[in-house]
Amino acid sequence: MTYDLVVVGGGPAGVAGALTAALAGLRVALLDSSARLGGQYFRHTAVPGRTPGLERFLRQAHALSDRAEVLSRHQVWSVSREPGGDLLVHAGSPDGQAVAVRGRRLLIATGAYDRPLPFPGWDLPGVLTAGGAQALLKGDGVVAGRRIVVSGTGPFLLPVATGLAAAGAKVLGVFEAGGALGLARHPLLALGKAAEAGGYALSLARHRVPYLTRHAVVAAHGEREVEAVTVARLDKQWNVLATRVVECDTVAAGYGFVPQIDVGVQLGCGTRHDVDGSPVLEADAAQRTTVPGVWAAGEPTGVGGWRLAELEGRIAGRSVVADARRSTSGAAGVEVAAGEVAGVLSRRRDRWRAFGAALHRAYPVQPGWQGWLRDDTLVCRCEEVPLARIREAQELGATDARSIKLLARPGMGWCQGRICGYAVACLAGEPQQPPRRPIAQPITLGALSEAAEPGDDLTTSGPGNPDDLATSGPGNPDDLATSRADKPDDPLAH
Amino acid sequence: MTVRPFSITVDGRSVPVVPGQTIGAALHAAGIRAWRTTRFGARPRGLFCGIGVCFDCLVSVNGQAPERACLAEAAPGDEVTTS
Repeated sequence: MTYDLVVVGGGPAGVAGALTAALAGLRVALLDSSARLGGQYFRHTAVPGRTPGLERFLRQAHALSDRAEVLSRHQVWSVSREPGGDLLVHAGSPDGQAVAVRGRRLLIATGAYDRPLPFPGWDLPGVLTAGGAQALLKGDGVVAGRRIVVSGTGPFLLPVATGLAAAGAKVLGVFEAGGALGLARHPLLALGKAAEAGGYALSLARHRVPYLTRHAVVAAHGEREVEAVTVARLDKQWNVLATRVVECDTVAAGYGFVPQIDVGVQLGCGTRHDVDGSPVLEADAAQRTTVPGVWAAGEPTGVGGWRLAELEGRIAGRSVVADARRSTSGAAGVEVAAGEVAGVLSRRRDRWRAFGAALHRAYPVQPGWQGWLRDDTLVCRCEEVPLARIREAQELGATDARSIKLLARPGMGWCQGRICGYAVACLAGEPQQPPRRPIAQPITLGALSEAAEPGDDLTTSGPGNPDDLATSGPGNPDDLATSRADKPDDPLAH
Repeated sequence: MTVRPFSITVDGRSVPVVPGQTIGAALHAAGIRAWRTTRFGARPRGLFCGIGVCFDCLVSVNGQAPERACLAEAAPGDEVTTS
């Protein structure tokens, strides 16, 4: 069966995009690596309530599962273009089999992951990314440790710290490497999110958690696990001014996020650098990438949070619907195409984009962190490459991240540079480059050989004529596309 | 779906699981935070990214090829071996 739209990623962007298209009568398949839809923000169900937007998201996810093929626990590792123009999405199924899903159009909604910075001892068990500590808590109901230090930069540290404190951990401090303003003048306030900032401030105060700006964990100490950390007071450039040792068993550290764009890069989608220097997929006003038939929404087009992700997903969904109608009904589709980027949605999107950009500007990563490293500090955790080997490669003539990688092997291991890529590019003194990973997820050789000849029934059999999407959906797709968003019971309505 | 807590075996040791938890989360909750050693420096590793990106938390489940403990949902009777 050939779907009208295949969506990769089941977070707010992917689900909103898939649901928008499915409500308009398109045949949609969505693949996600997790057991439950939600992505990193909404997936977690162990801690009920509280998460803003969760109920709304769950309504959308429920509506989607009634109207589309949702393939959870499917890890997409590659997307290829068929000679006829269809896209073939290759994934590993939960039982390790190769699955290929065929679609006329693709929406990339693959999210982002934590951007860590290396520091001495960061590979000791007990050091987690901020998102890792959050996933443990919200997804599994496990508090990462008893005495926890939260460190890094950006507003994401706040929900992590308050969540851990509320769950019973002793949070010894939130060490925000950036901004000298403190929580009372937090950028969230300036950006009109006073309630949110106030909530965090209140929660930190209630649990007696200090919030210190221009401070960061610059080293972790311990034999087999973290036993203590060195916390430094920093100057504006993040150079160390003074240090003290804090005894703790856990560190949650995060310095922003890395958009996940492998699938888009595989397909040749154009990229640009976001405000924070991250390579992201170029997308037009309708969330179309530079490659025909391929849309992107959410963090792959720039990190900006779940509200922006959902808006982009909805806009992409509408654009996909318009494109589908154009291809089936010719001239009649032109009318729809004109309205494919609804004014309200795009205005809201622009507002949240501006918010995201303002946060990027408020929380830049400053170069002083490189001075936290020692010669033996591992920069690449997988291949265990210390700073000294990277410097050696540079002395041998490696002037960019790629030649450093070839000479010293950072980024050649299991994670394929997802964890160390940012740091290595900084150490090389060059801008972040888009990833070049022919395979977006590790797969078995068996699955790879199976993928050469897609035999899964998802790609071959299927009812109906793939071209008659205008008539195959429930009801009149025009009604659905235009009026649903205004009905109070609509899962996509605000 | 099972709602009662169950156990898995990790290198012969019993580890309790709340249904829905990943193997990594169950290990971490049981106080086992280092369950793998690295190839070169024999450094201890456990959870780091928690979302399937870093591969620090690899384990073998029921004799299969190593997988990420942070993604693998624990099932009753799972036998986990670490390296």
